[in-house]
Amino acid sequence: MTLAAQDLSLPGRLSGVSMELHRGAVTAICGPNGAGKSSLLRCLAGLMGGRNVLLDGLPLELRSARERACEIGYLPQEGEVAWDLTVETLVSLGRLPWRSGAEADRIAIDAAIATLSLETLRQRRVSQLSGGERARALIARVIAGTSRWLLADEPLANLDLGYQQTLLGQLRALAGQGLGVVLVLHDLAQAANFADRVLVLDRGRLVADAPPLEALGEATIERVWGVRARWLGEPGQRALAVEPTSARAP
Amino acid sequence: MTRRLNPLLIAALLLAVPFSLLAGRVWIDPFDPGSGNALAILAELRAPRIVLALTIGAGLGAAGAAMQGYLRNPLADPGLFGIAPGAALGAVLSFWSGYAAQPWALPLFALTGAAGAMTLLALVAGRGGSVILFTLTGMMISSLAGALTSLALSLAPNPFAMSEIVTWLMGALTDRSWHEVWIAAPLTLAGIGVLALAGPGLDAMTLGEEAARSLGVRPGRLQALMILGVGLTVGSGVAVAGIVGFVGLMVPHLLRPFTDRRPGALIVPSALGGALLVLVADSLCRLLPLQGELRLGIALSLLGAPFFLALLAGMRGRLA
Repeated sequence: MTLAAQDLSLPGRLSGVSMELHRGAVTAICGPNGAGKSSLLRCLAGLMGGRNVLLDGLPLELRSARERACEIGYLPQEGEVAWDLTVETLVSLGRLPWRSGAEADRIAIDAAIATLSLETLRQRRVSQLSGGERARALIARVIAGTSRWLLADEPLANLDLGYQQTLLGQLRALAGQGLGVVLVLHDLAQAANFADRVLVLDRGRLVADAPPLEALGEATIERVWGVRARWLGEPGQRALAVEPTSARAP
Repeated sequence: MTRRLNPLLIAALLLAVPFSLLAGRVWIDPFDPGSGNALAILAELRAPRIVLALTIGAGLGAAGAAMQGYLRNPLADPGLFGIAPGAALGAVLSFWSGYAAQPWALPLFALTGAAGAMTLLALVAGRGGSVILFTLTGMMISSLAGALTSLALSLAPNPFAMSEIVTWLMGALTDRSWHEVWIAAPLTLAGIGVLALAGPGLDAMTLGEEAARSLGVRPGRLQALMILGVGLTVGSGVAVAGIVGFVGLMVPHLLRPFTDRRPGALIVPSALGGALLVLVADSLCRLLPLQGELRLGIALSLLGAPFFLALLAGMRGRLA
C-alpha cells in the first residue's frame, strides 16, 4: 500500500530524498524549475533504475517490467501520441501490460472512458481533440491500466481553468477509490487546494513533506522560490498573492 | 474496415497469383496448360518467381511497418538500419571476388553482409535501447556499406564484373529458381514472426519511449527483436533479389488508414500488401513490351517516387 524512497540520489538531480507515500491520497510534488520534480517522479515510476524505491516494502527493481507496469501507471509531461489513433484505441494502450483477456480489457477501457467522461469522443481521432480533451484521453489511458498508483508529470499544463478543475476533481475521486495519485504541479494554489500532502523539492533535496499549507508556508515559498507571497482565502479556495519584486534571487 | 482488411488482401492475392502464373512473354492457356513447354515454364520459371515475389514483398512490407512504428515516423524505411546496404555489400563482394559463379555464394555473402550489419548495429547501439543512438548508428552503417560498395565498384577487376554488379544492385526477380526460394522463404517467414512479436512493444512506443517503458516495454528486448526481424526479412530479400526500394515505405503508408493505426496492427496487413504489390509490379515488368525486361527495383521506384511526390503535395498544407 506504500510507495517509498529511501535515501534516493541521482547525480546532479536528487540527493538523499526519503519519504513514504500512501494510497488513497493525492500527493503533489512542487519546486522551482530544475529542482528535480520530474526526476523524482520517474524514479518513483521505476524508470530510472528501481534502486532505493520500495513498493509495498520491496525494492522496485526486484519486480519485472510488466509487474511494475501493472502496479504503477505513469504519464510523462510531453503526452506524445505518434499516430493519429482514436480515443478508444489510445485508451486501450493502457492495457498492454496485462494479459487478462479481451473481456477484462473491454471492462477496464469502458470504465476509464466513463471516468474521464469521454463517451462521446470514443471514435474521435487524437488530432481532432482540443488540448483539454487530449489531456483527459491520456489520463484515461493510464486509468485503463487499473494500476494502484497514478504518477503524472504536470497533467494540468496547457489546460484552461475549467478543465483544470474538472480534471483535479476526477483525480480526487479516483484517490477516494483507493488509487495513489502523485502529481507534479507548478501551480502552488492548486497544490494547496487539492493535495492531501505536498513534497517541496529544492535543488534535489526534499525540504518539506507535510499537509499543503504547512509544506507551502510563506517562509518556505520565500526560501525556495525566492518570492514573498501571502496566502489568501478560505481553506480549499486558497489563492497566493505574490509581492512584486525588482529581481529574483538566484 | 479494420477487420475486413486482411481477408480483402488475401482475396486480392488469390486473384493475382493465377493471373501472374499465366501472364508473361508466353501466355499460358488455363484450359490447356499441358501444351508445348507450358508446364516447364510454370513449374521452373513462373512458380518460383511468384513465390519469391510474394516472399520479398511480405518481408519488406512487414519490415517497413515495424520500422515506422519503432521510429514513430511514417517516413522510415527498412533501408535506414543499414541492413539492406550491408547485404548489398556482401553480394557485391561475391561478384568482385568471382565467387558469384557458384549458385550458393551470392546469397550466402549477402546474408553474411546483413548479419555483419546487424551485429555492428547491436554492438554500437548497446543494450540501452535508445532509438536516436540506434538510428544514427544505422545511418552510419548504411553510409559505410554504401561507400565500400562504391569502392568495390571502382576497383572492379574487369568491366564485366562491374556491369554485373550494377545490374544486380537494381533488383530483379528474373531467372530465379526454387533454390533462391528455399533460402529466402524460411528466413523471411521467421523474420515476420519476430516482427509480429515486437507488435505490442511498438504499440506502446506510440506514446514515446518513456511511456512505453512505464507500460512494461524493455527497450533492449524490443531493439533486439527489431534488429533480428528486419535483419531476417530485409537481409534475405536483398540476398536473392537485390535492392528493391519503396515497398517498405509505401505499403504501410497506404494501409495505415484502413487499420486502427497501431503499429502492431499494421505488420500483418503490410506483409500481405507488400506481397501483393511486388507480385503485381513484377508481373507488369514481365508484360511490358520492352527490348529487355524492366528491372523490378527500377519499376517500383518509378511507381513509388511520383506516388510519394503526389502524397507530399497533398500533405503540404498540413505539414507547413
